[in-house]
Amino acid sequence: MSDAATLEAQVAHDDHGDHGGHGGNGAGHPPTTTGLSHNKLGMWLFLGSECLLFGGLISTYMLYRGRASENLGPDQIYDLPFTSVSSFVLLMSSLTMVLAVSAAGRKDVRNVKLWLTVTALLGATFVGGQVYEFTSFYREGLGFTTSLFSSSFYALTGFHGVHVSVGIIMLLAVVGMISRDRIPGDRAEVVELVGLYWHFVDIVWIVIFTLVYLIPA
Amino acid sequence: MSESTTLDETATGTDATAQHSPEPPDDGHAHGATDGQYIVIALILAVITAAEVSLSYMDVGPIFIPALLVMMAVKFVIVVSYFMHLKFDNRIFSFLFYSGLLLALGVYVLALATFEFFA
Amino acid sequence: MAIIERPATEPVVAPTPTPAPIVTPSEAFGTFRRPVETTGWRAWVFTVDHKKIGVMYGAAALFFFVVAGLEALLIRAQLAGPEGTVLSADVYNQMFTMHATTMIFLFAIPMAAGLANYLVPLQIGARDVAFPRINAFGFWCFLAGGIVLNLSWFLGGAADGGWFMYQPNASVPFSPTNGVDFWALGLQIAGIASLTGAINLIVTILNMRAPGMSLMRMPVFTWMILVTQFLLVFAIPVITVAFFLLTFQRSFDAAFFSPAAGADPLLWQHLFWIFGHPEVYILVLPSFGIVSEVLPVFSKKPLFGYPFVVFSGIAIGFLGWGVWAHHMFASGLGPVSVAVFATATMAIAVPTGVKIINWTLTMWGGKLRFTTAMLFAMGLVVQFTIGGLSGVTHSVAPSDTQQTDTYYIVAHFHYVLFGGSVLGFFAGFYYWWPKVFGKCLSERLGRWNFWLMIIGMNLTFGPMHILGLQGQPRRMYIWTTERSGEGFFNLGFWNLVSSIGAFILAVGVLFFLTNIVHTHRKGAPAPLDPWDARTLEWITTNPPKEHNFDRVPTVSHLDEFFHRKYEDVGEGDAHDLRAVATAEEVLAAEQAQADAQIHMPSPSYWPIVVAATLPVIALGIIYGVYIVSIVGALLMVFGIFGWAMEPGTAPDSDFDPSPVDDGGPTTELVRSE
Ligand code: HEM
Ligand SMILES: [Cu+2]
Repeated sequence: MSDAATLEAQVAHDDHGDHGGHGGNGAGHPPTTTGLSHNKLGMWLFLGSECLLFGGLISTYMLYRGRASENLGPDQIYDLPFTSVSSFVLLMSSLTMVLAVSAAGRKDVRNVKLWLTVTALLGATFVGGQVYEFTSFYREGLGFTTSLFSSSFYALTGFHGVHVSVGIIMLLAVVGMISRDRIPGDRAEVVELVGLYWHFVDIVWIVIFTLVYLIPA
Repeated sequence: MSESTTLDETATGTDATAQHSPEPPDDGHAHGATDGQYIVIALILAVITAAEVSLSYMDVGPIFIPALLVMMAVKFVIVVSYFMHLKFDNRIFSFLFYSGLLLALGVYVLALATFEFFA
Repeated sequence: MAIIERPATEPVVAPTPTPAPIVTPSEAFGTFRRPVETTGWRAWVFTVDHKKIGVMYGAAALFFFVVAGLEALLIRAQLAGPEGTVLSADVYNQMFTMHATTMIFLFAIPMAAGLANYLVPLQIGARDVAFPRINAFGFWCFLAGGIVLNLSWFLGGAADGGWFMYQPNASVPFSPTNGVDFWALGLQIAGIASLTGAINLIVTILNMRAPGMSLMRMPVFTWMILVTQFLLVFAIPVITVAFFLLTFQRSFDAAFFSPAAGADPLLWQHLFWIFGHPEVYILVLPSFGIVSEVLPVFSKKPLFGYPFVVFSGIAIGFLGWGVWAHHMFASGLGPVSVAVFATATMAIAVPTGVKIINWTLTMWGGKLRFTTAMLFAMGLVVQFTIGGLSGVTHSVAPSDTQQTDTYYIVAHFHYVLFGGSVLGFFAGFYYWWPKVFGKCLSERLGRWNFWLMIIGMNLTFGPMHILGLQGQPRRMYIWTTERSGEGFFNLGFWNLVSSIGAFILAVGVLFFLTNIVHTHRKGAPAPLDPWDARTLEWITTNPPKEHNFDRVPTVSHLDEFFHRKYEDVGEGDAHDLRAVATAEEVLAAEQAQADAQIHMPSPSYWPIVVAATLPVIALGIIYGVYIVSIVGALLMVFGIFGWAMEPGTAPDSDFDPSPVDDGGPTTELVRSE
């Protein structure tokens, strides 16, 4: 376990070496007590905290999913095949993301940019699917204030959608900043951090997909 | 509190190296899995997802919901452990993340229970 | 009154260490140039120095303490006699809501954040926090949130639903002004401060300890801050959900809490109290930490049972997650839930009791020095115990159904909040003032401050137990003679006593404010180690230099500083302390090995720029002018980009080796003020 710690410190330090031109990135230097990077600790804490955010929204949905107006309940309105496909797309974006992280570990800049872009595209497909889903629900008469079910459904999936969108912006920003060599500090770590966020958004959807779409109200 | 002892070990372990001390030599990235393994993992995830979806078109009686929940948990843990490297990373990360997750599970299940959600 | 046992020599002027490099960047890698000012208001507004941020937190929190205190005085003025006419019913509702909200979210949390910001890096031997810019961002979010919240007073009326804003009472039909909207969004913004601050402090504590400072060698204050920040990290998102749902309900017509639409209003109560109970420990644990520092110093003994104090703090933090529904005993939860939560609540008294016993045993047999800081710390032990005892009476659910929503509850939580948090903070003020400002607060005025506050608080809140048990409801803007009863326990007499007490309390606080002014005008510089302290923050100058320590100290003991000053020559269990070094010598030894090169994080415009966009977004939502919100959001994205592209510490190429513009070298790194 302390090997893991030293290893981590090495990796961070090592990755930093090749573009030390921008010099002293405050975070991560000098070596930390645990040997782990500040940023990564902070990110994991943030994700732990996000569990309680999504937990609250999911619980609200669970409590209210049965309180729908006639013919506009979860069992009538969901389009399972469609959502399955978009869930699958998001799931696969986790694969492309991890490939980007792995390329970053090898300092393979070309593949980093490639996989980050693909991830962003898959994410955009998912968000596009969600926009389509929301629009078609709305056409069928399910507005935000139609029922407790609809409010809690839109609140939950909308929050998730915003998270995905923020992720897409971050991915594209990282691609852009890598291209122009504009990232202060440890580049591989930045990719890894965005990756952690992205995977988290994906696992939240894994939970939402089952609890919201697959299990009938 | 095993966590804090873990933290402590790490602390004393690296404290010795103090500030600005030279880094130990790099012996490569033994970090996570290879790209090939990632693809295999993604395939497993895909298969589970397919199973989940097909299950909801079948009539499997009372194990339906438990089965879905188990598959969900398996997918969740796979992504966290492998894609997010938690399995290979320092235990502090697991502590931080799973504290939040388990706390969320605990308080919200308890809250829903007071609404007789599971009755 | 000899408060300084050890003969103190002249204020020490530390020998000038090797000058550190000049910090002022002459250009910046980011798109824009960095702020470079080291004096004047810009040095504060764009700072990322944890000490300046800590001071700003403290000053703003103190301001809000005064505001909320004045609100409390208006409340007590209204209730001093029958059929009060000071406040209308409507304004009264706003008054107690804003009093409580301000005290909790704009005074207690930020005051703890301020103390933690200033002291935690010093106590663990770090030069700054893990994320200095996020730290600054947090402060500006807190201030922005406080401003948004209080703007409502001038824009149609403040929130009036009580500090827990129960639904649907606080939805539009019953609370038609924008007050609740300002409340929800203002606190949402302040919540960002708490969340980012918590992540920052946790990472700092885990990752930036001086060599040798293992977790079990950390000062108890740092430990309690660590526990508090974990509570914040996990509690804030819960209330964030609640605030979002409330905003959706009020501004976008959702019906999350409207029974008419089939909703469960208890959902709000659960979300609120899942946050709210951990919150009460967030309010009190920092003060527990302060007291655990102050008592040993002025008893000249190590803290009794350090591990017990630490682990009971962790236990309190953990158990605090399983008791929230004791705030909802009267809401019809059902017998099973009530039984579960009542039992859990009783359990939490145990670790709290452990702490009180440890504090008492720390003082037992010690060489007590009754400085003002010590008086406040002892005051906490006594007053908090009273509040804890009345708290246990609420955990008995049948008894609580009688007490809830009466003044008995108001009495209880003021004994824990005032007797706990506030007295602890004051102990901290008197103890650390010389560290932060280089001058000791006047002990003479301090004594007045202490005794007036103690007498005042007991006169104010003590009678509230009687009022409550006699049935006076909480949040009631008026009482009448006809219904106030007779004899010793009549409401009229005790209400008057309580109001008089509140004004005595206010005079006590006034003495504190006077003390600040007096000290800064007339006070002599404090000695290096005025209290014969024990922990790392004292192994540096008063106030510390920008980089805190010329050399990061190496730690080999709990109470490191004390061990460097004294040697225990006692045999066996007998302790016999012999002074081996003065504080000055300890410091000089450190400075002799000063680091030659110290890079500190550089100031930045971005934290305040990004934080300033939040109120814009909020105002757009409140008034339904969404274009304003969108503009705000775009500005925010712009700010984040600027932030992301700016290195946290100005790179080497930004440093100008020769003196800058004005000819004189910029020596802010070595200046000890
Ligand atoms: C400065 C001395 C203080 C005085 C004289 C005072 C007085 C009062 C009074 C009279 C009430 C009851 C209002 C009512 O129910 O009608 C009240 C409520 C409250 N106070 Fe204080 N208080 C003081 C300090 C504090 C502090 C330091 C805190 C917290 C850190 C605090 C937190 C609260 C809370 C949470 C309520 C409940 C408000 C509600 O019912 O929503 N107070 N205060
Ligand atoms: Cu509570």
